[in-house]
Amino acid sequence: MLQTADGELPLDVSFSIQKGQFLAIYGNSGAGKTTLLRILAGLTQADKSAITVEDNIWDDSKKKIHLPVQKRSIGFVFQDYALFPNLTVKENLEFALQKGDDTYIISELIELMELQSLQNSKPQNLSGGQKQRVALARAIVRRPKILLLDEPLSALDDEMRFKLQDYILKIHQKYQLTTLMITHSIPEIFKLSDSVIHLDKGKVIKEGTPGSVFLEDKISSKFKLTGEIISIRKSDIIYVIQVSSGNSIIRVVATEDEIQNFKVGQKVLVASKAFNPIIQVIS
Amino acid sequence: MIDFSPLWLTAKLALITTLILFLLAIPLCYWLAYSRFRFKAIIEAIISLPLVLPPSVLGFYLLLAFSPENAFGEFLSEYFNLRLVFTFQGLIVSSVLYSLPFMVNPILSGLKNLPVSLQEASFTLGKSRFVTILKIILPNIRPSLLTGIIMTFAHTVGEFGVVLMVGGSIPHETKVVSIAIYEEVESMNYDNANIYAGILFVFSFSILLVVHLINNKSRKTNLY
Repeated sequence: MLQTADGELPLDVSFSIQKGQFLAIYGNSGAGKTTLLRILAGLTQADKSAITVEDNIWDDSKKKIHLPVQKRSIGFVFQDYALFPNLTVKENLEFALQKGDDTYIISELIELMELQSLQNSKPQNLSGGQKQRVALARAIVRRPKILLLDEPLSALDDEMRFKLQDYILKIHQKYQLTTLMITHSIPEIFKLSDSVIHLDKGKVIKEGTPGSVFLEDKISSKFKLTGEIISIRKSDIIYVIQVSSGNSIIRVVATEDEIQNFKVGQKVLVASKAFNPIIQVIS
Repeated sequence: MIDFSPLWLTAKLALITTLILFLLAIPLCYWLAYSRFRFKAIIEAIISLPLVLPPSVLGFYLLLAFSPENAFGEFLSEYFNLRLVFTFQGLIVSSVLYSLPFMVNPILSGLKNLPVSLQEASFTLGKSRFVTILKIILPNIRPSLLTGIIMTFAHTVGEFGVVLMVGGSIPHETKVVSIAIYEEVESMNYDNANIYAGILFVFSFSILLVVHLINNKSRKTNLY
């Protein structure tokens, strides 16, 4: 059961993923994405579940099998990074070593994630992107089969996002991981993932390659933006509506008839045909 | 010449009580912080009871319970050869009960402020609950642990009502400083009472000073 703003919703999901694939999990908040990831990791126990990984049963509620988190070959990157504040960056990675593990992996990961200069810092002195790199490296120390990423890049600015996407891809390929990643960003899905499942209210409403899931309704010759009306002002004979969308404010012209339907604070959709867009490279 | 044995006895009592409570409070607080037990509120209320209950009330009930004439006291003396009335052991047991909230409350609030994801991250890295508590949880609530230890120690030193009810005032056995002061005043030995009281006063003030210094420092390093 999912606890959402609309009360309890059943999470009813079934899918399979090939070894080595990169799967994106997409959906609104409250759709059950994090819960799904937590059930896979064994952090949340579902009422009914069956999880099989390469012929090993991780969860089977019918047979009362529930493999503890510790025994699952996973790496989990939390939304808040969950770095241990009492340990330095290097110690955070070393903590993940199991008895008898080769410590070579630590230096390899520190080099791969470019953490050399940070290895003796405490996590609270790192920036968001740096913390994320540490969290990612730490999740790989155990050489897991499956990497679970819970919106790892949502708190970062665009430049950092692009860089970290490269790190994630690098790790996914180098360690031959099967990766599941929650994300809200469609460009990110196109860049990273082989397939995507779109969750809504606890159900899979679409799954397939990013192209097949998003191309029809999300990509068109129109710009579509959603935003909120922040002001309506009269200017000569027309009206200017200011709509705030993301970080930008868009001005839209409207006639007197049209503004009868609009009020400040309303959520609106702004759309335009893209017959002459300006495209500039930003990174 | 002033008798130092009450001071020594008080220090011993406070030290042992603090040690027992520290070991007891960690698993108890962990359970309180993370379990979904339905009647947890009742347990928490019972733990906090000594905060509001007059010490003489608690002492009175403990005296009744420990008395060899009652079932529990009889059971203890029969099977463990343990007498808790008017003995040092009795003082320890009652101090543990009486100071319980002073150890539990700071540790519990420390645990509740710690993000659950730290513990879960440790589990996903293959670490057991025990290793997680030892290496991750406890080091990250160090200020709370210190506050708990210091408050418990200070509170046990300052006990009067419970100790008097359960322990009486047997020299070298149950006569702690707070009781010694009371007796010196009763027999008009103001000079001795002054020395005892002065020592406790300076001690209590220094303890509180240390607690506040630690709290300020941990706020500055700002773990979260």
